[in-house]
Amino acid sequence: MLSRAVCGTRRQLAPALGYLGSRQKHSLPDLPYDYGALEPHINAQIMQLHHSKHHAAYVNNLNVTEEKYQEALAKGELLEAIKRDFGSFEKFKEKLTAASVGVQGSGWGWLGFNKERGQLQIAACLNQDPLQGTTGLIPLLGIDVWEHAYYLQYKNVRPDYLKAIWNVINWENVTERYMACKK
Amino acid sequence: RLSRGLAPALGYLGSRQKHSLPDLPYDYGALEPHINAQIMQLHHSKHHAAYVNNLNVTEEKYQEALAKGDVTAQIALQPALKFNGGGHINHSIFWTNLSPNGGGEPKGELLEAIKRDFGSFEKFKEKLTAASVGVQGSGWGWLGFNKERGQLQIAACLNQDPLQGTTGLIPLLGIDVWEHAYYLQYKNVRPDYLKAIWNVINWENVTERYMACKK
Repeated sequence: MLSRAVCGTRRQLAPALGYLGSRQKHSLPDLPYDYGALEPHINAQIMQLHHSKHHAAYVNNLNVTEEKYQEALAKGELLEAIKRDFGSFEKFKEKLTAASVGVQGSGWGWLGFNKERGQLQIAACLNQDPLQGTTGLIPLLGIDVWEHAYYLQYKNVRPDYLKAIWNVINWENVTERYMACKK
Repeated sequence: RLSRGLAPALGYLGSRQKHSLPDLPYDYGALEPHINAQIMQLHHSKHHAAYVNNLNVTEEKYQEALAKGDVTAQIALQPALKFNGGGHINHSIFWTNLSPNGGGEPKGELLEAIKRDFGSFEKFKEKLTAASVGVQGSGWGWLGFNKERGQLQIAACLNQDPLQGTTGLIPLLGIDVWEHAYYLQYKNVRPDYLKAIWNVINWENVTERYMACKK
């Protein structure tokens, strides 16, 4: 794997998010006594279900919900950055599409992060020239426009491939990469 | 011929001949099974046609920039001129380099020159194949003629960089290794495409080009 941001679990997102610090997942506290200890007033079966099922479910669902909320916040940040640096999400889409369609020969279109300026930036690279190694920009989202990436399906009509690929962009992953490099 | 359009164009607007897509000298299916009809049709009627159209558009803009004395605009247009102009030149040569009656070996003076400059026809084949297979990205393998030395020479060019314009070598035989030239049939196995294309090389045409430039 190239980087933890690529394959990391949600848990590894937390250290990347500056505003969260070291968020601990919530956990089910131990019962201070046995399940049967409150009999005959509250029986063991109730205590077991109540603690190990109901409370446990609240804990799990709280963790899941907080994670989704964090992701939404992070995606929100990326979207804000896109609006700030390109004017709108649509304009960004147009620019990256144009850069990718316009590669003469083999290459890649990129959304990258310019650390020096703290700005998102679009770039195109030729052949397999890596974005960071050749331009210093941190790669967030790459579009392969070598003919082998689309020819069998789209033939010479690279623009149709570009139209289609927007349907399968993994914005969670792009967000992870953005959050990891902007701290 | 490409040059017909260029000469009257220099110096004034208006009567410049547009470039046009040359007809293929054979049917789209004529080179089967070595290069299939689908590839030939897309390659000629879409890819080469696009280079021709875009060359015309770029030349028109270039004319305007020349007329205005706008050097910045001229420079900005030069990559598109090289790309589309090179694409038109290269493919125009390529179609003539291939033939359904091709294959085998050249004869006479060209064969002698190949033996002289590469050791043997086999060694020449290996070298041009290796140069073509070895192109990283899009480009062309070429057999060219070095006028200064009176020698045949193998070269590879990237993208649509035209051989003569970028190296001075006179193009005799070009092998297109852009993925669109072979992918539908050979997928990622470029070496298989190279093996196959030797069956359709039009040695008459290559010889014509050689005889024309060595005098």
